[in-house]
Amino acid sequence: MSAPILEVENLRKYFPVRNLWKRRVGWLRALDDVSFTVQPGEILGIVGESGCGKSTLGKTLMGIHTATQGRILFQDQDIAPLKPHQSRKFRQHLQYCYQDPGASLDPRWTIRASLHEPLIVHTDLDEAAREERVREILAAVGLPLTHLDLYPHEISGGQQRRVGLARILTLKPSVVILDEPTSGLDVSVQATILKLFLSLQQQFGLTYLFVSHDLSVVRLICDRVAVMYLGRIVEIGETAQVFATPRHPYTQSLLAAIPKIGGARVTDTFALEGEPPSPTNLPSGCRFRTRCPRAQALCAEQDPALRADWPNQAAACHFAE
Amino acid sequence: MESDLITVRDLRVAFAADAGLAKVLDGVSCAIRPGEIRGLVGESGCGKTTLARAILGILPRNSARIEGGQVLFGGRDLLKVPEAALAREVRGREIAYIPQDPSTAFNPVFTIGTQIADLMHWKSPLLRDPNFKGNARARRAADLARVVEWLRLVQLPNPEALLRKYPHEVSGGQRQRLMIAMALLPEPKLVIADEPTTALDVTVQAQILKLLKGLARERNVAVLFTTHDLGAAYEICDRITVMYAGQEVEEAPVAEFFNRPSHPYTRKLLDSLPSAETGLRGIPGEIPRLIDPPPGCRFNPRCDRATEICQQRPAPELASPGHSVRCHHRLTEFAA
Repeated sequence: MSAPILEVENLRKYFPVRNLWKRRVGWLRALDDVSFTVQPGEILGIVGESGCGKSTLGKTLMGIHTATQGRILFQDQDIAPLKPHQSRKFRQHLQYCYQDPGASLDPRWTIRASLHEPLIVHTDLDEAAREERVREILAAVGLPLTHLDLYPHEISGGQQRRVGLARILTLKPSVVILDEPTSGLDVSVQATILKLFLSLQQQFGLTYLFVSHDLSVVRLICDRVAVMYLGRIVEIGETAQVFATPRHPYTQSLLAAIPKIGGARVTDTFALEGEPPSPTNLPSGCRFRTRCPRAQALCAEQDPALRADWPNQAAACHFAE
Repeated sequence: MESDLITVRDLRVAFAADAGLAKVLDGVSCAIRPGEIRGLVGESGCGKTTLARAILGILPRNSARIEGGQVLFGGRDLLKVPEAALAREVRGREIAYIPQDPSTAFNPVFTIGTQIADLMHWKSPLLRDPNFKGNARARRAADLARVVEWLRLVQLPNPEALLRKYPHEVSGGQRQRLMIAMALLPEPKLVIADEPTTALDVTVQAQILKLLKGLARERNVAVLFTTHDLGAAYEICDRITVMYAGQEVEEAPVAEFFNRPSHPYTRKLLDSLPSAETGLRGIPGEIPRLIDPPPGCRFNPRCDRATEICQQRPAPELASPGHSVRCHHRLTEFAA
């Protein structure tokens, strides 16, 4: 096994909860002791329901949020505590792709200007070299070069999305964090975009962190998957294995909740009750115990750690088998 | 054969846009039977929300134009009923609405109880009940008891306390449960649920779908369930209507729909669902601009079976009993 490209150790991100008079009345624990590693060239899916901290995780890795505690090792350097100017040379290798990358284009700039900008900020290439790089990337995302002189409103939404992706790739990053890249897309368009992600990954040797709530997409394109619940990874492992034999009761419920066309109807079989508790007021012990069908006294006392008891699969549950 | 609860006939709606008139509904017909759960599926921009809103009479007045067609319900054409009568007699009473986003449907400055009381003031079924003899106060007391009972039915904990809360104090799933209760409280015959689970997480979605299906079955309420999520449609629908770019293209019972789709668009839509067997398959091309749509079947520019004749809109034909399709080159032959 080669050295991991990204290593996250006990990462915490707490947001202060303040009352009307700005006094801190508690902490929202968006990320609580999250640890995992990412191998070069792999696609790691991060799934969970809204409020589980998956987007916070992506943003903290990117330095958009500063970590409260913990280490983020990227190329053997801890980038968590770095000041923005110190981390600039690392950040260009680590890119963040918003839900709709097209929306981040400046409406008053031509596509060319938007694509040149990251190169001007991060590299000292001259204009000819930049232009060459821009053209190469534009071809890779499947857009004609004539689009360089157009403005964002002159091209379709799908093409804007491609330009947004091109903009991320101009710096030749090694890790790209994709935050809900397919939510809000219709299925017929979704397949095209996913194929583009896969071909770009091949072409540029990218590593993806694929943050999503859509399990059927994750199942198709991710090598490994991490399931989060209320700021914590409850299960992580190889995608095929997690989907075939989920160990954590939450993963089991999550998988059971996806409608399966042709199969038994979820509305007849689904059993999980209630909704996730507020992350500002977590239950003691295991966070899932308030909804867990298997909860026992031990679950309220002890917070289970991630156990790697199965080959290529780990789960944080006292009673997982 | 029992008669239909609501019949939409050749409905045409256009929206005024800067660049011209967008023909959002192009001769849509469909009929829903009493107690039936009907899925209305299609991709964004296909007109499913416009159809739902046209039935309710809540299209934006300044831009939408109804250019023809009928919506027959209870022996009259809703498109011809004056707005005041529609508001008084039909909307929220005979035909109720469950919105996509329950968080924006409540007024944030009033308690949930106030808002439900307001609903009951206008739409309480007791107002119509000739056997109810009490005065206004007695009616309010009876209504309150019914509200509390309904909040229990939608499995909300501690209903009395909930009524004193403000909308922001309850979770998204609970707000959607409240919406379902409020839609069903006036005892409507038809509920229009416009993407009711899109804003929810999968585990909550499963709970809400289960609830909606159970209550609709129990009370024999028909549901028009619009969604772009075919999985959700599979879960609760009896029949499914597919729309593409403002035209309905196929209508079939749920099992038939998924096993033997007959319209090329339906087939491609089902194929683009991510699955391990088929991998990733999209539909080449883009949805047409509705300002100058292709003539005839609007799917013809993207369809690999299209020929000259597709420039004319095909009439509905039966692909099998109860399964109608509008395509000149349908994929399945009629099996009698």
